[in-house]
Amino acid sequence: MTDMAPTSSSAKSWDSDETRANLKRRHRSEKRFRVLGLTAIFIALTLLAILIISIAGKGATAFIQTTISLDVTFAEQKIDPKGTRDQEVLRGASYGSLVREALRAEFPEVKSRKDLRVLFNLVSNGSPNKLRKMVMENPELIGQTVRVQFAASDDIDMFTKGYIPRDVPEDDRRVKDKEIAWYDQLAEKGMVETRFNSDFFTSGDSREPEIAGIWGAIVGSFYTLFITFMISFPVGVMSAIYLEEFAPKNKFTDIVEVNINNLAAVPSIVFGLLGLALFLNVAHLPRSAPVVGGLTLALMTLPTIIIAARASIRAIPDSIRDAALGLGASRQQMVFHHVLPLSMPGIMTGTIIGLSQALGETAPLLMIGMVAFIVDIPGGVTDPATVLPVQIFLWADSPERAFVEKTSGAIIVLLGFLVFMNAVAVMLRKKFERRW
Amino acid sequence: MQMLAEVDTPVENEEKAIISARDVSVFYGDKQALNKVSLEIPVNKITSLIGPSGCGKSTFLRCLNRMNDTVEGCRVEGKILLDGADIYDAKVDEVLLRARVGMVFQKPNPFPKSIYDNVAYGPRIHGLAHNKDELDDIVLTSLEKAGLLKEVRDRLNSTGTGLSGGQQQRLCIARALAVQPDIILMDEPCSALDPIATAKVEELIEELRENYTIIIVTHSMQQAARISQKTAFFHLGEIVEVGDTEQLFTSPKDERTQGYITGRFG
Repeated sequence: MTDMAPTSSSAKSWDSDETRANLKRRHRSEKRFRVLGLTAIFIALTLLAILIISIAGKGATAFIQTTISLDVTFAEQKIDPKGTRDQEVLRGASYGSLVREALRAEFPEVKSRKDLRVLFNLVSNGSPNKLRKMVMENPELIGQTVRVQFAASDDIDMFTKGYIPRDVPEDDRRVKDKEIAWYDQLAEKGMVETRFNSDFFTSGDSREPEIAGIWGAIVGSFYTLFITFMISFPVGVMSAIYLEEFAPKNKFTDIVEVNINNLAAVPSIVFGLLGLALFLNVAHLPRSAPVVGGLTLALMTLPTIIIAARASIRAIPDSIRDAALGLGASRQQMVFHHVLPLSMPGIMTGTIIGLSQALGETAPLLMIGMVAFIVDIPGGVTDPATVLPVQIFLWADSPERAFVEKTSGAIIVLLGFLVFMNAVAVMLRKKFERRW
Repeated sequence: MQMLAEVDTPVENEEKAIISARDVSVFYGDKQALNKVSLEIPVNKITSLIGPSGCGKSTFLRCLNRMNDTVEGCRVEGKILLDGADIYDAKVDEVLLRARVGMVFQKPNPFPKSIYDNVAYGPRIHGLAHNKDELDDIVLTSLEKAGLLKEVRDRLNSTGTGLSGGQQQRLCIARALAVQPDIILMDEPCSALDPIATAKVEELIEELRENYTIIIVTHSMQQAARISQKTAFFHLGEIVEVGDTEQLFTSPKDERTQGYITGRFG
C-alpha cells in the first residue's frame, strides 16, 4: 500500500476493505432485487397459467357435440295431409311426433308413458325445430325416410363426455340406468357419434345447452363495437388534435385535460347508468340494442382514445411541424398532412386497446338491458342483442351442468378475440415504429 | 404577396434593403428576449447573425417569417418591413409570408416521405404547379439548384430520411427553394453537419446569393466570415455592432465584438 500511496491526499483508495465491503453490499442488493423481480414474474405467470389451464380444461369439450342418428320417416299425413306444400302448413306441422316416432321405432319394447318420456329425452328438445327447418328448405323430403343426426340432450352429452360417471349410485346421477341401457344400444349400432360442435359457432342462445351457441353474441358484439368505434374514434381523435395542436394552454384546457384523465378512471357501471338515463329514458332508443350499448361503451372508450391519441401526437417532433409551417402550410395543413398521418399508428394502437376493453365490458351493458335472453341473431344495430361477455355472464348463471362447458367455451372465444386484437395493436406498433 | 409590395421601398443610402427591422422587441411571457433591435437586410446578399448562445439571434430570425407566432406566449413589438410593408400587420397572412420567406432549420428535418414528395410538398399546397409535368419540373430544378440532383436522380422515390445528414440539409434547402421564396432564413444550418458536408452547404449558400437574399444564424465565426457580406453581432438581446463582414471582423468598433470574435467569451 505504501508504495502505491496516492499523490494527492484527497484521492480515494479503490482497494481498501471499506470499498470492497461496500461493493459487496451493492452486488448483494442488486442480486436480491433481481430475485425479487424474477419471483414476481413467476407468480404472475403461474396465475395466468392456472387461469388458462382451468378455462381450457373446462371449455375444450364445448367444441365437441354428441349426436344421435335416427331414421326419420317424413310421413305425408303427419306433415301435410292435404298435399298443399303451403309454407304455413309446413311450419305448423308437429315435428315432435316425427322424432318420437323415430325413437319409438328404434325401441319398440318401451311402452309405459313414463319410460317413453324419458326415452324422448335422449335427443335434444330442439330436434323438432331441426326437422322443421329441413322440411321447409327441402319439401321433397316428405314421404321419405332419412337418417338424421340429432344433437343429444345435454344430460346424454355430459354423460358421453364423462362428466356423469356410470359408477355413482343411480339416485345421484341425472342419467338413469334405463337411459344408459338405451344409450349403449344406440352406441352399439353406431348411432351415437361425437363431432365438432359447429352449432356452437352458428346458432344463437337457447335454454337447451346442447343447441345454445355464441353466434348471436358475436354478431351483437360486432354491431356494438362498430357503433363504439364509429362514435369514439372520430370524436376522440378530433378532441386530441384540437387539444394538442390548436387549443391555447390556459386554465380551461387544463381543467378539460384533468377531467378527461378522471373520466378514464370512472367505473364502467356509472357509464351504464348514464346510458340508461340518457339514451333510454331521454332519447327513447330501443332497449337491449347494440346502438345503445355502442353509445354507452363509446362514452367509456373516449377517454382512452383521447389519451392515446394525444400521447402519439405529442410524440411527433416539433421539427416536422416547423418544416411544414416554414414552407407556408397552414396549421390545419400541417396537422392533416404530417402530424396526423405520422401519429396514426399510435392512435390506432390506442383505439384497438380501447375497443378490446369495450369488447370485454359487461357491467354498463347490464344497465341498458343487453342482458336479455335473445335467441335470434341480431340483423342490425337496433335489434335486441347480447354481447359475448354478457352471454358468458348469462350462461354462468344457468343451473344446467352443460352450461359450465359452454361458459368456458365462450370465454375461450372471447379471449381469442382479445388476444387477436391486441396482437394487431402490437403489430401495428412494431410495423410503423419510427425513430426520430 | 401583392399586398406586401404596395408601399414603395425606402431607398438606403448605400444599398437596397429588402427587410428593415425597426425597434423590434420580443417577449416570451414576462421574459424579454430582444430589446429594440433595428437591422437592415440588404437584398441579394448574405447577412449573418452571430453572438453567444441565448443572445436572441435565432429569436430575431424567427420573427422575420413569423415563426414565433407558433410559440405560446410570444409577443413581438416594433415593426418589420418587408418591401416597405409591416409583416406583423393584421392584414398579412403568415402563410403567404412564409411562402415568400423560406426557412432552413438547425437540424435537417425532411418529412418522412420520398425525396420527390419532400420537394413537391410546398408547390402542392401553394398550387404552384398545374399538372404533373410542371411539378416534376419544379422538383428537378429545385434539387438541381440545391446541388442534390446528381446524387438522388435515380432514387427520387426513396425516403428523404434515408439520406446522409448533409444531403438531408440540402434536401431541406431544395424544399425551401421549391416554393420560390425571395428570402431564405437559415438557423445554424451546418451545426449538425460534419466539415465536408458543411463545406458543400456553404458553397451552395454562396451560389444561392445571386437569386436570393439569405439571412443565416451561425455559431461559427469562420463561417460568417467566409460566406457573408454583412454581419450583425447580437449580445444579450441587443445588436451591439453591425457592418460589412470584412470590416466587422478586422476592425470591430465595440470591445464586446472584439472580445467575442477573438474568442474571449461566448
